[in-house]
Amino acid sequence: MGTGPYLEFEKPIAELEKKISDMKDFSIGSDVELSGEIASMQKKLDKLRTEIYDNLTRWEKVQLSRHPKRPYTLDYINAMSTDFIELHGDRYFGDDNAMIGGFGMIDKQKVMFIGQQKGRDTKEKLFRNFGMAHPEGYRKALRLFYMAQKFNVPIVVLIDTPGAFPGIAAEERGQAEAIARNIREMSRIKVPIVVIIIGEGASGGALGVGVGDVVMMLEYAWYSVISPEGCAAILWRNAIHAPEAADALKVTSPDLINLKIVDKVIKEPPSGAQNNLQEAAEYVKEAILGALDELKETPVDILLLDRLQKYRHIGEYDE
Amino acid sequence: MAWFRKDKTGLAQQEKKNIPEGLWTKCKSCGEVVYGKKMEELLWVCPNCDYHFRITSQRYIELLLDDGKLELFDLNLTSKDPLKFKDSKKYPDRVKAAQLKTGKKEGVTSGIGHVNGIKVSFAIMNFEFIGGSMGSVVGEKIARAIERSIEMELPLIIISCSGGARMQEGILSLMQMAKTSALLAVLAEKKIPYISILTNPTTAGVMASYASLGDVIIAEPKALLGFAGPRVIQQTIGQDLPEGFQSTEFFLEKGFVDKIVNRKDLRSTVTSLLRYMWIN
Repeated sequence: MGTGPYLEFEKPIAELEKKISDMKDFSIGSDVELSGEIASMQKKLDKLRTEIYDNLTRWEKVQLSRHPKRPYTLDYINAMSTDFIELHGDRYFGDDNAMIGGFGMIDKQKVMFIGQQKGRDTKEKLFRNFGMAHPEGYRKALRLFYMAQKFNVPIVVLIDTPGAFPGIAAEERGQAEAIARNIREMSRIKVPIVVIIIGEGASGGALGVGVGDVVMMLEYAWYSVISPEGCAAILWRNAIHAPEAADALKVTSPDLINLKIVDKVIKEPPSGAQNNLQEAAEYVKEAILGALDELKETPVDILLLDRLQKYRHIGEYDE
Repeated sequence: MAWFRKDKTGLAQQEKKNIPEGLWTKCKSCGEVVYGKKMEELLWVCPNCDYHFRITSQRYIELLLDDGKLELFDLNLTSKDPLKFKDSKKYPDRVKAAQLKTGKKEGVTSGIGHVNGIKVSFAIMNFEFIGGSMGSVVGEKIARAIERSIEMELPLIIISCSGGARMQEGILSLMQMAKTSALLAVLAEKKIPYISILTNPTTAGVMASYASLGDVIIAEPKALLGFAGPRVIQQTIGQDLPEGFQSTEFFLEKGFVDKIVNRKDLRSTVTSLLRYMWIN
């Protein structure tokens, strides 16, 4: 595919891709028949890819979740829904561009989309504050949750954040209060809530829009109480120990299934969602519609009881 | 020499018994030096600058509850090691060390007591237990305290003191925020009052869940409160933080704390509030 840029562990793939491409170029301008050679190298490449991606360490998966070409929230929304109408503002302070939301249609299903949005280039990254929301972002999300409840539209949350923003203004406007309130209110919103971690799911910044009836994550996403770097900086006293911290914290999709925090892992296209947005979006769409099919049939009082019980029983202890 | 040695030992023992913190105490905030015995009378509040020293959960129970009596619940809950977490130390070793240090099994003490005759469900966090961090047991004990409030129709009082979620239990710690907050939603629907008392420090996962969800939020003077730790903020924005940033006084000014209450007035303030919110 030759999609670059390449992550460190993708280097062998990049090298082989380059060899194949060189050989193709060479074969065009010459009489030498190389198609057999190229086909066998292509096979080798596929094998190498499978080998590498089947054996990614936790830290490599974290890196993949931050791949510069990884699809972001709006990429998924635009790929799987029609007539998305973005809605802005928290009605108190302002509009947070790190958190987006609005009505959208998935096939014939109305939904309210909410999610953190990252930027692709430097300018857009700054505009989106790297997907790190301020309190007004969480309050915008809450306003839209209430609106979804009012008009009986199910909620779909796409999570992708390195954390809620740790800054002076965020503290002044009550980052902790905004997140706490969202967590409490989401537990009682009277419409189905489907949550999908599509990239980074860091701590309270993720959970602040992350309480739902069904919680799923993409194959190469991560979800944790703290980022591996943050944990390494505290417990190992140096962020370079992030790979060990990622292992210790158990942040990847198979871990979260084992810990019974995530209900389902959504498969990604070979070598990750960045290689095929359409295919990735198709899987996400299927997962959302599948979950909503069941949740829509559930009476509201049962829905809320199930949601409460889902969280009530999390935790391991002896007694 | 014998008479001299004997005398000295006697004196040392006497000192230890009466003034456990040493003869003189220096205020961490203003540097004022106060006689230890005097500090005990002042409830470990600096007479010069009002800085509140950290006191034990037992001391708070004596301060707030009638006759210093708390009927303890959920005493035997202890942490497991669901992640088999290891950094420089194994997690179970950290828990054991904390148990030895505090004489308690986990970071929350909870139960039922009375405040001026008003029966309450009460829980207090212990900072000495791994920084008051919230893992499965802390979350569960807070959850059960909320459930006792709901089932027995008792006002809820939680005294928080915590650096946030416990990293060593990973995502399970994060989910305690959802577990406790979801139950607080049920409590709120029952119109049962919840008074959240913040002490130094209350930050991160605890501040971003139950500590911020009180009907009334009371805080001790000059406590460190907030979502992110000051060091993280400093590193993120690359500049020094303003004087008094993230203090109780800062959050009162910004509208996230109802009232700053001196330790000596805690009991009377809670009583007054409960009379308005709960007693007819």
